[in-house]
Amino acid sequence: MKGPRSSRQLSQRAAFGLLGLATIVVIAIVSFIIIYIIANGAGVIDWAFLTQPPTEAGKAGGIFPALIGTFLLMLGTVLFSLPIGVSAGIYLSEYAKDNRITRIINLAILNLAGVPSIVYGLFGLGLFVMTFQFGMSLISASLTLACQALAMVVTTSREAMLAVPREYREGSLAIGATRWQTIRHVVLPQAWSGILTGVILAISRAAGETAPILVVGAAFLVPGLPQSLFDRFMALPYHLYTVAAHVPGMPKGTMWGVALVLLGVVLAFNIASAVIRSRSGRRSHS
Amino acid sequence: MSVNLAVSNDSKMSRNNRVKLRTEQLNLYYGSFQALRDVTLEIPEKAITAIIGPSGCGKSSFLRVFNRMNDLISNVRVEGCVGLDGISIYQESIDIVDLRKKVGMVFQKPNPFPMSVFENVAYGPRRHGMKNRGKLEEIVERSLRQAALWDEVKDKLANSALALSGGQQQRLCVARVLAVEPEVILMDEPCSALDPVATLKIEDLMRVLIEDYTVVIVTHNMQQAARVSDMAAFLMMAEDRAGVLVEYGATSTLFTNPRDKRTEDYITGRFG
Repeated sequence: MKGPRSSRQLSQRAAFGLLGLATIVVIAIVSFIIIYIIANGAGVIDWAFLTQPPTEAGKAGGIFPALIGTFLLMLGTVLFSLPIGVSAGIYLSEYAKDNRITRIINLAILNLAGVPSIVYGLFGLGLFVMTFQFGMSLISASLTLACQALAMVVTTSREAMLAVPREYREGSLAIGATRWQTIRHVVLPQAWSGILTGVILAISRAAGETAPILVVGAAFLVPGLPQSLFDRFMALPYHLYTVAAHVPGMPKGTMWGVALVLLGVVLAFNIASAVIRSRSGRRSHS
Repeated sequence: MSVNLAVSNDSKMSRNNRVKLRTEQLNLYYGSFQALRDVTLEIPEKAITAIIGPSGCGKSSFLRVFNRMNDLISNVRVEGCVGLDGISIYQESIDIVDLRKKVGMVFQKPNPFPMSVFENVAYGPRRHGMKNRGKLEEIVERSLRQAALWDEVKDKLANSALALSGGQQQRLCVARVLAVEPEVILMDEPCSALDPVATLKIEDLMRVLIEDYTVVIVTHNMQQAARVSDMAAFLMMAEDRAGVLVEYGATSTLFTNPRDKRTEDYITGRFG
């Protein structure tokens, strides 16, 4: 009696032990990366580093134009992907009939998220840079990243809309509101935080992209900030790639400093989206 | 279960009310499944008509025919005639928005919007174009008073409607419907999520509402049907699971002297 029982307990303990160990490994890897970057990069970050342009091919000076370039890129990505993506998400959740074509479209959009980013880059090069003659520019890069972000924006918008309880829609329709009024005044206000979460995650991912912007407009060194949408620009990930791979004699601290700033920007957005999500979760359960 | 046979004595039926809603040979299908078969009945104006019957007999589907809420479900098909004041509501020229303004609905689960109490009641009038703040306040107060909720919420109009109790939420949903001044109020088991006290409040409210409105209520609760309704319709599933109308008549008759054996079995609790 005692034998099988203790062996069962033993295998249970072994299983929990292994699963726990795996979790510890994951946490260890993530913390190691973050701690390593902070330890190596924090030293060079000061006000001047964030507000000065780079000198000596990035070996000295700061990262100001790259930081601004990345923010402009994120802004452009939101401007182009939010209206189209959210509208498509609304259409797919509220108006599209649940039939085979809709299911195929939903699947296709999901798969768009899995397309390698360099493929988006080449697509942007062909369409925006060459066909539309936007050149290697901020607008070409924003549009390219917006295309990449669309998949996620559409999917999360659609899911956020679908998560709004049917009772709300029925309550609104039952007193003679039109479908559009119902969407506009009942469903959208409820879905906004979910939509916003998706949008923020999508642009924080876009902020970290290197490959696509490399072919559509990012430059290693540009004198000054872009003056128009059709200028080339600097961006943090590309700046990091170049200083890490192509500048001989690069001070290690500067390199890790760039990495830390990039990481900080992306993490800040991810945390913002988590905060929005948890806040709205609390509100709807009160 | 012994049924309380003390049906409402002040039955409004004596007034000879005119017909408000009417179905004739109504057949309703969800795809290939027939949910209702050949239902023909006339619902009198300014009275409470109860639809009773076992689960799955198509009571809710039947109720939702009158404000075309079934339209929201894909591949639903309605055959036969459904009339409001003698006008067929399934003809092409009917504007569903207008229809639903005239035929309001209160649902099984209280479903106030996640907004303030005020905004919940003002929702309908706002959607129909009312912008005047003073008028809206008037409508909100009148509707909340009609729904017997004003005294409880007058000091917290700006609070979230979700903070109200279940019974208050349901009366708020009634007020929300009243605010668009409908002619008919459909109630789909409005008390099934409420405690007995809140249930009685809703029932009292219904008796007051029929001064001005026609009320149709779906209920599982026999005593409730006996207590509040003037007319009662008993639906049941046929062998192919389609809902059929077994008996329809004055509540007092249906509960004391049912014509059909199946009605008697059901109201005395022998099945269902």
